[in-house]
Amino acid sequence: MSHLLWKQTGRLSRFLFRQNRIRMPIWILSIVMLTLTIAVSFTDLYDNKAERQAIAETMHNPAMTAMVGKGYGLDDYTFGAMMAHQMLLFTAIIVAVMSILLVTRHTRAEEEDGRMELIRSLPTGRLANLGAVQNFALVINLLLALIVGIGLFSLRIESIDVQGSLLYGASLGAIGYFFAAITAVFAQLSESSRGANGFAFLLLGMAYIVRAIGDVSNETLSWFSPLGWILGGEVFVSNYWWPVLITIMASFFLWLLALYLHHIRDMGAGFLPAIGGRRQASKWLTTPIGLFVRIQRTTMIAWAIALFAIGVSYGSVLGDLDSFFADVDMMQQMLNPVEGYTLMEQFITMLMSIMAMISTIPVLLAMLKIISEEKKNRTEHFLSRAVSRPRLIGSSLAIAFIVAFFMISLAAVGLWSAGTAVVEDGLDFMVVYKAAIVYLPAVWVMLGITVTLIGISVKFSSFVWGYLLYSFIVVYLGNLLQFPEWMMKLSPFGHIPQLPIEDMDWGVTVSLTLLAVVFMFIGFIGYRKRDLEG
Amino acid sequence: MTVLQTKSLTKRFGKFTALNQVNIDVNEGEVYGFIGPNGAGKSTAIRVLLGILKATSGEARIFGMDAWKDAVAIHKRTAYVPGDVHLWPNLSGGEVIDLFIQLRGGVKNNRKEELIQRFDLDPSKKCRTYSKGNRQKVALIAAFSSEADLYILDEPTSGLDPLMEQVFQSCVMEAKAAGKSVLLSSHILSEVEKLCDHVGIIRQGEIIESGSLRKMRHLTRTNLLVETKQPILDLGKQIGVHEIEKEGVEVTFQVDTENLDQIIRYVSTFGIIKLESAPPTLEDLFMRHYEGK
Repeated sequence: MSHLLWKQTGRLSRFLFRQNRIRMPIWILSIVMLTLTIAVSFTDLYDNKAERQAIAETMHNPAMTAMVGKGYGLDDYTFGAMMAHQMLLFTAIIVAVMSILLVTRHTRAEEEDGRMELIRSLPTGRLANLGAVQNFALVINLLLALIVGIGLFSLRIESIDVQGSLLYGASLGAIGYFFAAITAVFAQLSESSRGANGFAFLLLGMAYIVRAIGDVSNETLSWFSPLGWILGGEVFVSNYWWPVLITIMASFFLWLLALYLHHIRDMGAGFLPAIGGRRQASKWLTTPIGLFVRIQRTTMIAWAIALFAIGVSYGSVLGDLDSFFADVDMMQQMLNPVEGYTLMEQFITMLMSIMAMISTIPVLLAMLKIISEEKKNRTEHFLSRAVSRPRLIGSSLAIAFIVAFFMISLAAVGLWSAGTAVVEDGLDFMVVYKAAIVYLPAVWVMLGITVTLIGISVKFSSFVWGYLLYSFIVVYLGNLLQFPEWMMKLSPFGHIPQLPIEDMDWGVTVSLTLLAVVFMFIGFIGYRKRDLEG
Repeated sequence: MTVLQTKSLTKRFGKFTALNQVNIDVNEGEVYGFIGPNGAGKSTAIRVLLGILKATSGEARIFGMDAWKDAVAIHKRTAYVPGDVHLWPNLSGGEVIDLFIQLRGGVKNNRKEELIQRFDLDPSKKCRTYSKGNRQKVALIAAFSSEADLYILDEPTSGLDPLMEQVFQSCVMEAKAAGKSVLLSSHILSEVEKLCDHVGIIRQGEIIESGSLRKMRHLTRTNLLVETKQPILDLGKQIGVHEIEKEGVEVTFQVDTENLDQIIRYVSTFGIIKLESAPPTLEDLFMRHYEGK
């Protein structure tokens, strides 16, 4: 009987490869390209050992250790050691994300959408689908490990040897297989694909944080995190293989657990009780604003945390800035030194424009929410009731304004709190905060343009992302690539005075604000006049 | 009094004419059945009436106000249920019902709990887990929980089971008894037949037939089933008799309504043992109009 449980596993595995014949090559290729280009760029950035050692010095601080992991081989910071230190953890997280999404999509999501029912109604074994997903995850991660490993040492970079390269690839593959397994378990426990994804990402986040705390304070703690295991392999420095083997063993047991749970449960059921909702709406949910806040709450909290973290990570490098800049030609090119100001102050102005543009993303997402609602035929619930169009779009706009203020502020606070801890004399909070908040009018202009586009049609509204991307390229890379001045001025971010090295310019602030208001006004009129999709 | 009225309502999307010179009249206390095949323009008409789409030309008025300009004022007294209800997956049904009731403002009739009971809905479940029928119940409960004067229902029962359909029908009857008006778009003809006073049939964006059901029936034929002592002679030669079929001793045929009297007299001369008559079903009407003329 037992072999019938697996009937058609092979065919389903092949079907998985077919379904993913475009998606998976893109994932693998992106990860491989990322790894290889970074490895090559290291050789371009640092000409000799002295330069590498200078960088190693900047890595000797807890903020850096928390972010990228413990530095092995800092005394002899070879290219290999640099890869393992600066890149392995982040790449591992990307691989984990890939595996989590892949497994959820083909387990719980299939079940939720009713496709699993069709498969199970055919003569297939009960464990065939999960078995096929296991095969698929194994092959994908194995391929990834081999391609990264072989690719790395074929670059023929000094200190990136065969053994280390293969271990580097294997570490990535092992962590991918591990997170595939843990997701397969969560897909049995939770009743929804959202839940399964949520638990898996939560575990990934916990693994990162536990490792960060462990690396900074207590090494034993790091061994409770699967991400800590693979960093413990000390790739390119000591090349221990046993952490990879432990990870694979653990994955294997998790797969067995997932298969067992799958075997004993009903289709569509989970082991964790689904959290029920409230029977009644709270008072404040019952307005368009309340509803918009509620449906975007999780996303916005995630963005707030992300922006604070970006602020902190930028802030944490401020302390070693001078040594960093002295050594890296590219960085000097990006910042044309200005007399009378320290490198750090100039660096802060550049960071601010980047952080303001990143902060714009959640602002636009909040504004474009009414477009995604329209696409899902849910604005008719408002408009068929006593909610006017101006009130609907106004609610979305009000939230976007608040988001704009909080996101920029959080990024500034993050930058200041980490910066003041690492810079010798500390940072003046108001200087940092003013340099950030002065970007608000530029964000408002982006928001205004979004409102105008929303007023034109559903189709055009996403064009604003192109404009944001343009702004990012000209402002971020403008100095480096020597773009002409007018190209910078086409972006609102290119007009903002760069506090503290430039003087405050109220004229710019006021005119950008007025421009934003005009755009919003046009958008409101357009939104009142156009047909809605639903 | 006319509650809802459209006059030569036309809506074009580019070159495509979705509605062409549509006239609809719904009076106070009346249930108007709006029927027609898929893609005929029912939902477009309803969306124009809700002020979500703007009419290209013609007039759409509800409570004497313009459907586009005075949308908000109209919607305070209107309740709408779409055929395909899209809800927010992470809110519970109870939360959505409250939200909808609050958004309408206007008078509440505190029937929410009663309706939740009648429709047998678990309001604490997340909308993600609801089936189509349950999502429709959410919209129906929200609609009937408010004291609206006009109900616009766009295929509201397409996902409900027969039991719930009855609950829905009694809700409509109650609304009608209370003097409310209803515009009901539906494919379930028995439902339309049971509930509606007036019917409008729309096809390819044009109203091709409208009027009271009684009147529309009058234009057509009555089905008769007769068993007589002696065989009926020359039945086929009588004026107004169609589609004769013999089943053993029984004969079924259709009679044009204006010839009914004389046919019955004629048939009775052969000694009637059994006589059954049935009005033309809406389906007969409907099929005649649906099959492209």
